[in-house]
Amino acid sequence: MSAEQTRKLIALAAIWAALLLAPYWMVPLGGYTALATRVLVLGLAAMSLNFLLGFTGVLSFGHAAYFGLGAYGAGLALKFVALSTPLALVAGMLLGGLCGAVLGTLIVRRRGVYFAMVTIAFGQVFYYIAFQWSSLTGGDDGLRGFSRQPLDFGAFKIDILSSANNFYYFVLFCFALAVGAMAFILRSPFGRTMIAIRENERRARFLGIPVERHIWIAFTLSCFFMAFAGALYALVNNFADPRGLHYSQSGDFVMMAVMGGMRSFWGPLLGAAVFVVLQDYLSSITVNWMSFVGLLFVLVVLFFPRGLLGFLQRSKA
Amino acid sequence: MNVLDINNVTKRFGNLVAVRDVSLSVAKGELCAIIGPNGAGKTTFFNLISGFFPPTSGSITFDGRDITRLSTHERVTQGMARTFQITEIFPELTVFENVRIAAEVAGGFRLRPWINRNEAAQVHARVEETLKLVSLETKTDRLVGELAHGDQRAAEIAMALALKPHLLLLDEPTAGMGDQETYQITQLIRRLHRDSNYTIVLIEHDMRVVFHLADRICVLDQGRMLAQGTPQEIAANETVQAAYLGNAA
Repeated sequence: MSAEQTRKLIALAAIWAALLLAPYWMVPLGGYTALATRVLVLGLAAMSLNFLLGFTGVLSFGHAAYFGLGAYGAGLALKFVALSTPLALVAGMLLGGLCGAVLGTLIVRRRGVYFAMVTIAFGQVFYYIAFQWSSLTGGDDGLRGFSRQPLDFGAFKIDILSSANNFYYFVLFCFALAVGAMAFILRSPFGRTMIAIRENERRARFLGIPVERHIWIAFTLSCFFMAFAGALYALVNNFADPRGLHYSQSGDFVMMAVMGGMRSFWGPLLGAAVFVVLQDYLSSITVNWMSFVGLLFVLVVLFFPRGLLGFLQRSKA
Repeated sequence: MNVLDINNVTKRFGNLVAVRDVSLSVAKGELCAIIGPNGAGKTTFFNLISGFFPPTSGSITFDGRDITRLSTHERVTQGMARTFQITEIFPELTVFENVRIAAEVAGGFRLRPWINRNEAAQVHARVEETLKLVSLETKTDRLVGELAHGDQRAAEIAMALALKPHLLLLDEPTAGMGDQETYQITQLIRRLHRDSNYTIVLIEHDMRVVFHLADRICVLDQGRMLAQGTPQEIAANETVQAAYLGNAA
């Protein structure tokens, strides 16, 4: 095993150890478990976006739509279909993922700025639907009247509603599944065609890769992961918010990914952690917390173009 | 049988006729060089063959099938590979990774979310064999973007070869190269042609390279096929001399 592989394994073990022990080290540092849960869920969302942005090289500026659809899917399933947490997650993932698959067929016809613009436009369509269709979605007030349910294994039940730690570990389990799936795909022949498209679209095409079809698949997968994160987010809050579909939310996800480092797999998680923790601390001090996050973002982009994680990796090497 | 049959293709861009009623047949195992002054329509002609855009009229047959309306990647799947005047590679990946992507696509794995040990070993062997052919076997772990220009060219050719093409299209393979690099790439193309029996069509400006390699030379001028024939015939052709070669040949 090479030195680089060893270093990677150690880094990976450190990341998972930190995540597994988060409830125990965050509290003494002045945090709280629910904050760690939010970091995980928004981190998963940023990583899902980065699956497309960092590894296929196309920028979606409307990914919050699929995040929000996941949240509404989960909420509506809990409220109107059945009191089951797993069902809610599946419902949210399917709603967001399938909408992404259908719209993706149109979106992948464009590249660059036009791709980003079309994703924003479609995203806003869902935002206004959620906003206007009050009878179903609760409109501006958001979707309320549901809560995450205990996990029922027949012989025993796990309470994830009142126990913050239990819920954190449930979310961590879901996070691990999704992140594992992403890593698996990225290491596959299909994943390598995504990177080929990122690196040089013309060369990819002239290697016999139908570029549009591959971008569509990557887009759809990314939407499924995004919707899964959104469904988890509805469980975190027991609430689905139309602002979760808004393009400003999409912008936040892009910021997390870029700030953390979009060329690295784990970068967006770090970006999300910085974003969420800063938001949590600063918003209790000033309503203008976003100015500070924005300032940090500008500094990172100017001085560490590979993001915070890219900077950490470079200074270590 | 001919690998490639181009029948009376014309390409217009608005009022400009870039390629005018050109026909060309390439036999299996043949190396055909396309020459002509700048703006003669060589690259447009190449783009028509590889499917960058469809011809305004005329047809193209490849391995006995009409491919006139097929897209780029479909033509690649049928066995056509090309390189570009300005090298098109994956600069931030290693030499090995560049060629592996090509080998995996050629192996039919491009949509696969997994690859088993056996298949991976096959791909691996294919990549190493190809890299040996272009003499890059000692540089497999280098980033392609950091290689010398000549080696980048060789890597691009390796990617094309990993596709196991029936027809190799090389757009100015020696563009921007010094004498030493030109010599090496010329020897490589010669080996591919003579030893590995590839069918090759190339565009080239360097007449030493063209006359050294080609079985047949096609001269394009102002979008028209001015002449085609063996290097001896072309060198002796007075029309070609007047239009293009001057006293160089």
